[in-house]
Amino acid sequence: MHRNGPIALLFHALVVGFVLAPLIVICLVAFTPANTLTLPTTQVSLRWFTAVFAHPDFVASFLNSLWVAAIAASVAVVLAVAAGLALDRYDFRGRAALNALFLSPLMIPHLVLGVALLRLFALIGGTGSLLWLTAGHIIVVTPYVLRLVLAALSGLDRSAEQAAVTLGASSWIVFRRITVPMILPGITGGWLLAFINSFDELTMSIFITSPATVTLPVRMYMYATESIDPMMAAVSALMIAVTAAAMLLLDRIFGLDKILVGPG
Amino acid sequence: MSGARVSTTPWLLAAPGALLFAALVLVPLALTVVLSFHAYDVARGVQDEFTLAHYAAILSDSYFLNIFWRTLRLAALTTLICAVIGAPEAYVLSRMREPWRSIFLLAIIGPLLVSVVVRTFGWSMLLGPTGLVNDTFRGLGIGTVKILYTETAIVIALVHVMLPFMVIPVWTSLQKLDPMVEAAAWTLGASRFTALRRVVLPQVTMGLLSGSLVVFGLSASAFAIPALLGGRRLKMAATLVYDEYMHELNWPLGAAIAMLVLVINLVIMLAYQRVVEARAKRTLG
Repeated sequence: MHRNGPIALLFHALVVGFVLAPLIVICLVAFTPANTLTLPTTQVSLRWFTAVFAHPDFVASFLNSLWVAAIAASVAVVLAVAAGLALDRYDFRGRAALNALFLSPLMIPHLVLGVALLRLFALIGGTGSLLWLTAGHIIVVTPYVLRLVLAALSGLDRSAEQAAVTLGASSWIVFRRITVPMILPGITGGWLLAFINSFDELTMSIFITSPATVTLPVRMYMYATESIDPMMAAVSALMIAVTAAAMLLLDRIFGLDKILVGPG
Repeated sequence: MSGARVSTTPWLLAAPGALLFAALVLVPLALTVVLSFHAYDVARGVQDEFTLAHYAAILSDSYFLNIFWRTLRLAALTTLICAVIGAPEAYVLSRMREPWRSIFLLAIIGPLLVSVVVRTFGWSMLLGPTGLVNDTFRGLGIGTVKILYTETAIVIALVHVMLPFMVIPVWTSLQKLDPMVEAAAWTLGASRFTALRRVVLPQVTMGLLSGSLVVFGLSASAFAIPALLGGRRLKMAATLVYDEYMHELNWPLGAAIAMLVLVINLVIMLAYQRVVEARAKRTLG
């Protein structure tokens, strides 16, 4: 009764083809032995992957991105868990405003955040610092973590915490031994989602990176505007691999559909 | 832990994040608003005097108006195509059996996590003069068609990147629809089309609307796609801001354009919230 008809399935196949086509082409072209962007026809080669790892700019940018994403995601988790506890468990004046402030980066285009931060960093002499770049990334990824932490907190059964309090546990012990383990899927899911989002971020970063702090997406953007050779495909394929690995982890930990589609 | 008691605990918990957000969201935005009113001189840079000249220039110069018009037009077109493709796709997905449903849902929304630069690069390969699309056209005898560096290329890639943002909310609202209601409509003699139009469509209107607003907002401020697929001449709002900042070095003008983009985005978001609230009030009576 609820089967899709042949037209529906054909439509579905076309949509899936459309969605996956660019990613598949990238992964195929990355293995080309040729000097141009062509699909490998007779043989496959890893020469462009080797070229990526021999390219100091790409390696440096990759490491920059890795550090920025790891630190931004970790700080975002700490901030979001603390703020999430405040927002979930207390009713206080300014709660709605605080909530709006924390979620505001989702509503402000990254372009605007980028130029705004550029202005601030220029005034305080923070341009070109990896620290301030990371701070910008923390702003962008914290809302994602906060949403997952809030979802985890609101679904939490408080009786275990109350039992611990009755048995004389301090609030720190309750938090560390009961609350954190119970919202751990939200925390790890949030960390990974934050990591991916930071690792992929281009539009804000392009305004606030300097030659020494260029992240991988910014490097790829700059490279793509200047020259087009299969090395770009190889880097892209590597990025798809990193993202896919993080996605699989996310799916195991939290259920990817729950994170991306949202509860309910 | 009681909620009603006046307590400093929530403020202490939220303070680190709140301070960081105030310092890195509110302060920079305020600074940028101020910057957009500063006079600018090509030889001497940003001046101390205040002026409305940048806003006046944006709203009167046909160069800027053309770019804004293109931005709104392409964002609207992207939104329309996303709705036309995304809503039926969400419906088809919702009628699939497990495990296919989960697998294809991931296939559709998973690319959301792949960097926009990567996906845009994929399209530049597909749409280029020697790309797969033109190979197919030549094979069919149509000949080579210039797609890369046209508005068509921008819209194709925008639709590709934005599609998940349309599928997700429509899918979410379809989840709330009991499939038996549609079946009941058939039993009562409604045609498939009538059931779809009178039963399913009203249910997904909210999802469609919220998806449309998100897609429109993100498309109108998209940077990587117009920058890489539009070439130097086809500019949109975001690439214009980038040029003013990085090439022209006219930061006040760039700031004014960015503020206009922000205002358009916020108006859309607020309109959306109004609609959602009005709807919630009506359904609650």
